[in-house]
Amino acid sequence: MSDPQIECRALWKIYGKRQVEAMRAVQERSLSKEEVRDEYGCVLGVRNVSFSVERGEIFCIMGLSGSGKSTLVRHINRLIDPTSGEIHVAGARVDRMGETELRQLRAEKIGMVFQHMALWPHRTLAENAAFGLEVRDLSPPKRRAAAEKALAAMGLEGWADHYPDQLSGGMQQRVGLARALAADPEILLMDEPFSALDPLIRRQLQDQFLDLSTKLKKTTVFITHDLDEAIRMGGHIAIMNDGEIVQIGTPEEIVTRPSDDYVREFVKGISRIGLVRAETIMTPLDGRQATPKTISTGSRLDAVIDLFLSDQQPLTVIDPLGSAVGQITITDALRALRG
Amino acid sequence: MKTDLYNIFDTEWVPVGDWIEATLKYVVENIRYIFQAIKVPFDLVLRGFEGALTGAPDLLIYAIILLVAWQAGGRRIALIAGASMLAIGLMGAWEPAMTSLSIVLTCVIFCALIGIPLGIYAARSDRFWLILRPILDLMQTIPSFVYLVPVVMLFSIGNVSGVIVTFIYALPPVVRLTNLGIRQVRPDMVEAARAFGASRRQTLLKIELPLAAPTIMAGLNQTIMMALAMSVVSSMISVTGLGQMVLRGIGRLDMGIATVGGLGIVCLAVMIDRVSQSFGVSARDRGHRKWYETGPVGAFYRPLAKFRHAAK
Ligand SMILES: Nc1ncnc2c1ncn2[C@@H]1O[C@H](COP(=O)(O)OP(=O)(O)O)[C@@H](O)[C@H]1O
Ligand SMILES: [Mg+2]
Repeated sequence: MSDPQIECRALWKIYGKRQVEAMRAVQERSLSKEEVRDEYGCVLGVRNVSFSVERGEIFCIMGLSGSGKSTLVRHINRLIDPTSGEIHVAGARVDRMGETELRQLRAEKIGMVFQHMALWPHRTLAENAAFGLEVRDLSPPKRRAAAEKALAAMGLEGWADHYPDQLSGGMQQRVGLARALAADPEILLMDEPFSALDPLIRRQLQDQFLDLSTKLKKTTVFITHDLDEAIRMGGHIAIMNDGEIVQIGTPEEIVTRPSDDYVREFVKGISRIGLVRAETIMTPLDGRQATPKTISTGSRLDAVIDLFLSDQQPLTVIDPLGSAVGQITITDALRALRG
Repeated sequence: MKTDLYNIFDTEWVPVGDWIEATLKYVVENIRYIFQAIKVPFDLVLRGFEGALTGAPDLLIYAIILLVAWQAGGRRIALIAGASMLAIGLMGAWEPAMTSLSIVLTCVIFCALIGIPLGIYAARSDRFWLILRPILDLMQTIPSFVYLVPVVMLFSIGNVSGVIVTFIYALPPVVRLTNLGIRQVRPDMVEAARAFGASRRQTLLKIELPLAAPTIMAGLNQTIMMALAMSVVSSMISVTGLGQMVLRGIGRLDMGIATVGGLGIVCLAVMIDRVSQSFGVSARDRGHRKWYETGPVGAFYRPLAKFRHAAK
């Protein structure tokens, strides 16, 4: 039932001439990022990372700047060569691919969106969007059609012959998305696509992307330094610190059970109300009497609170088969709300 | 030989001059044919330009220069070019100006042909750039008089040798600015091209070179100006043209002919400079109009495009 589209196993990336030596040293003596830099003059980019992304899911990678997110995501289309480890994409070993195979993978299977858009200023929007098709030598009419379709999907009909510098930042990033979608790839890699935008525009683009995503169901690796954004994107979240993934889980798991202080710091300001589920905060019945007021498993904290607004009797949690599995008191709810 | 400690450095301890002379003598005696072969392409191109520019009716060439200037930079540039060339014509310096122009054009073609690939490779390889840079510095700082002698010995005198001397002197800026232009392309532009499956070659041709084009054109512009500046020096190895007028004037203390030659060089420089600079203006700064949508070509193209549009 699990159908991973992207999988990385024990991935290491160390920047610098003595990368292999440095990696051995890190493995044997578990050096920190600073020690590696001082001893070997190498930068630790990604440290023993393993994860897998299911077909059609949005997988977020979150972490402070410099934690290795960009480095990690560039291994998936191998813009960066790993120091060691395996990369599987759609059943193929990307780490073993030759140049021709790689170029085909990048042009056909993987679309990428960049933080600073990286649109080419000397090309029209259509020429930007169709670049992946152009390097594959598709005929100009086919390229044009694909570019126009992709631009239209991002709400940019009629802009095909304009140039990037004639557009606002938000519109430019929509072109960035159109370019990634033009070849209809299976996989999207998005490296902080909305970070450079104003909050309002960012929100709009997030919504537009989520809309599109539910329709197209592309396997997406989405990078962000903003946990709120990661939670909105849904799916799984991997949290990175100094090149390592410190926790992988659903938004609810991350928020309710942060694995260490680094994650806890991120989670602090996050609202739990739409995340935490009834079964997470309930206590087992343990022979207590089931109360008449019930709530089904999978309901979120906001629904629980709505029920407590009318009266404060404990709630009985029932599973989809109708049997009582636990109880929530108003104290449980308040505690969950506070975090 | 008694050593005079007082004037110790009056003795030639290391005979650099002798070495060079011996080497040159050896080269001239044994492998001169290589240099004669190098001359061939320069000779062909130069003769082509010279034949066309001096052979055709003056007014035809004048009109072509005007049209090229208009196409490259619009009406203002055409006006400047027209005035400069008219001044040359009225002073009676047309013929030598055309010779100088053909030497400059030939030189620019070879500088571009050799300098741009060198610059591209230098931008790719730090090691190559490390080796190339001091050589370019040398080419630019050695007084050009110094290599007049070996060039004459290897290539003999005349206009082709003039082109070669000028080529050596004017090559560095194209290489430097091509290297700079390519290195200055934003890394994420190149990364994006790779991410969408472009090969190194496609990335170079479709992304890096177009983005570096304004810088490369600035290099070519410098090359052109340096080539023109060489024209007086190279007239010493009997290269004809405006430079020769100046040299003749100096030799005979004829202020008139020297001034006409000098003014001719200035006018030619103004024309070439403005026109070549306009080639370097990117489409973005021209309001995103393609080159064929402006100037005299545009005047023909626009009605044609409208007609085709209407036909659809
Ligand atoms: N090309 C490179 N050469 C050397 N070090 C690099 C290179 N790219 C990134 N790094 C280093 O690797 C670490 C991770 O960087 P990056 O992946 O860009 O982090 P993030 O995207 O999370 O901000 C940083 O310490 C950065 O300085
Ligand atoms: Mg980054």
